[in-house]
Amino acid sequence: MSPLRYILEKEFKQIFRNPAILKVIFIMPVIQLIMLPMAADYEIKNINIAVIDRDHSAVSNQLVQKITASNYFKLVSYDNDFDAAMESIENDKADLILEIPKNFEVNLYNEKESKLFLAVNAINGVKANLGAAYLTNIVQAYNSDFRIETLTPVRFNEIPIIEISSSNWYNPKMNYKIFMVPGILVLLITIVGMNLSSINIVREKEMGTIEQINVTPIKKAHFILGKLIPFWVIGIVVISVGFLIAWLVYGIIPLGSYFTLYVFAAIYLMVILGIGLLISSYSENQQQAMLVTFFIMMIFVLMGGLYTSIDSMPIWARWFTRLNPISYFIEVMRMVVLKGSRINDIAPQLLIMVIYAIFINTWAVLSYHKRS
Amino acid sequence: MAKLNSSDIAIKVTAVNKSYIVGKKKTPALENINLTIQAGTLFGLIGPDGSGKTSLFRILTSLLLPDSGEIWVDGLNVITEYKNLRKRIGYMPGKFSLYTDLTIKENLDFFASLFGTTFEENYDLIKDLYVQIEPFKDRRAGQLSGGMKQKLALCCALIHRPTILFLDEPTTGVDAVSRKEFWEILQSLKKEGITILVSTPYMDEATLCDQVALIQEGKILDVDTPAQMVNKFTNPIYAVKGANMLLLLRELEKDPSVERIYPFGEHHHLVMKEKDVLPVLPLGVTINKIKPNIEDLFIHLMQHHE
Repeated sequence: MSPLRYILEKEFKQIFRNPAILKVIFIMPVIQLIMLPMAADYEIKNINIAVIDRDHSAVSNQLVQKITASNYFKLVSYDNDFDAAMESIENDKADLILEIPKNFEVNLYNEKESKLFLAVNAINGVKANLGAAYLTNIVQAYNSDFRIETLTPVRFNEIPIIEISSSNWYNPKMNYKIFMVPGILVLLITIVGMNLSSINIVREKEMGTIEQINVTPIKKAHFILGKLIPFWVIGIVVISVGFLIAWLVYGIIPLGSYFTLYVFAAIYLMVILGIGLLISSYSENQQQAMLVTFFIMMIFVLMGGLYTSIDSMPIWARWFTRLNPISYFIEVMRMVVLKGSRINDIAPQLLIMVIYAIFINTWAVLSYHKRS
Repeated sequence: MAKLNSSDIAIKVTAVNKSYIVGKKKTPALENINLTIQAGTLFGLIGPDGSGKTSLFRILTSLLLPDSGEIWVDGLNVITEYKNLRKRIGYMPGKFSLYTDLTIKENLDFFASLFGTTFEENYDLIKDLYVQIEPFKDRRAGQLSGGMKQKLALCCALIHRPTILFLDEPTTGVDAVSRKEFWEILQSLKKEGITILVSTPYMDEATLCDQVALIQEGKILDVDTPAQMVNKFTNPIYAVKGANMLLLLRELEKDPSVERIYPFGEHHHLVMKEKDVLPVLPLGVTINKIKPNIEDLFIHLMQHHE
């Protein structure tokens, strides 16, 4: 073990003499964890709506009032010209057009049925989807209100209606920050860990120091471990800083134990750092290593289940995410933070990470050659 | 091949070839290299940039595998017994390759520990060198001057008391005084019984070696002692000097009795084809017969080789 001790001593010295690394460790988590969750809001507000009212009746008035009173919508135009409304979509002033046809009220009373037209600007997919869904909800709510008001129940009701009342488990107020903050924390330690480790061995190649190391009798595994352990420690520190911020700024305290989270994080970091070292040992220079890391990280992050739900991905993509370590940690993070899962609940994910870590790090050791 | 008796032969290289793939073309770096170096000698590998010196060094120090050939260093087969070999050799690459963010003392301690030894244990070997850099021992290696970096690198290569020392262009980019000092240090290391293989592009350093090999385009042109080597130069050689040196060079190049002429410091060296024949010289040109030096020989061998 003694050669490893000297290597570790050297690596730590180098890390603490590099002011950039220290900044990465402490400033990056603070900024990212405070800025991103505030901005990455899944609730869409300020949807601009253009209403074309060809009816100008009491009912259409009421409906428009309901919509504008909801806080989600901002009425940008209200007239009866479709072309003008369309133009406002083209100028990006409106996201939705709601057209209330002529005789809307009359039809509703006489024929017990009336139609509305909804056009959605789908350039911003999320906004369009959610906007249309909100609006449909409002119209439906208005619809049922209207029934109660107008159709005096003969016996009880002519048409059976299923009414849904929902309650949100684990996150009763649907506070998106509670699931965003732990998720962003996962991304954060992934980015820090993979970046630091991926430019490390390759830096020794660039500096030429690897030549001097290679002529020594040092063992490959010692060399790789000497690189891995310091970054592992940094990763644990970063995640601790992250937990602290989550608690201080957002009041997020995991329902489960920190111990469970740290156990998983410890294994997870081995996987991430192993991937970084692997990239590093195959790269010729730091630029190459950074680019490859960036590419892999981009895929891992976007397919990690934080920004898009894995369950709604196509089957091939779902299979692909099984290779994505981020998706496991985000899942575990949510399980432990929101649901209070224990070690045995996350055992399957933990096992996969252990296998992953062994595989990646063995590969990293084997891929590092002391001679060419 | 049986194990070599390591007591007298330090390095034996037999039929080594190495080529690199550049683009899609195979570029030979070393062609059929044969070399035997006696233990305890200061051996110089002399050749211009790109002649294959570094490739040969990297093969000898087990960092690079040759395409073919057999190499024995200190009685060990470099290809199969490289793990043991690495404990016994010291290598100083041409490019400064110590940790620039560690101090002098930290670099020394670190490399000593990698070899399972300590700085104190082998202090006597590097003492003469170390006292020169000791005043800066807490300074980071990146902030040292070129000469001090080179002394530190040599200390690091010696810290585990190797039996063979490989120095790849140790004096490139070092001032004249430091170069002289450095060679004095090598002489004293030789007295400690360490075999030293040193490469250099400077011809004047060749005379400081016990034996030299001239290398050019991946081939070894000649191996001999510096004194014997210049004896192989049989053509008469003169130093000429005139008012218009460029014109003199042009004129003499045309003379059929001239083997070759090339600038050499403030003179031109003029090599004649036959003895006792002198070219027609313009007025005011001085001519003196001189002894050939190793550089003259190298130029001679290079042109013959082509």
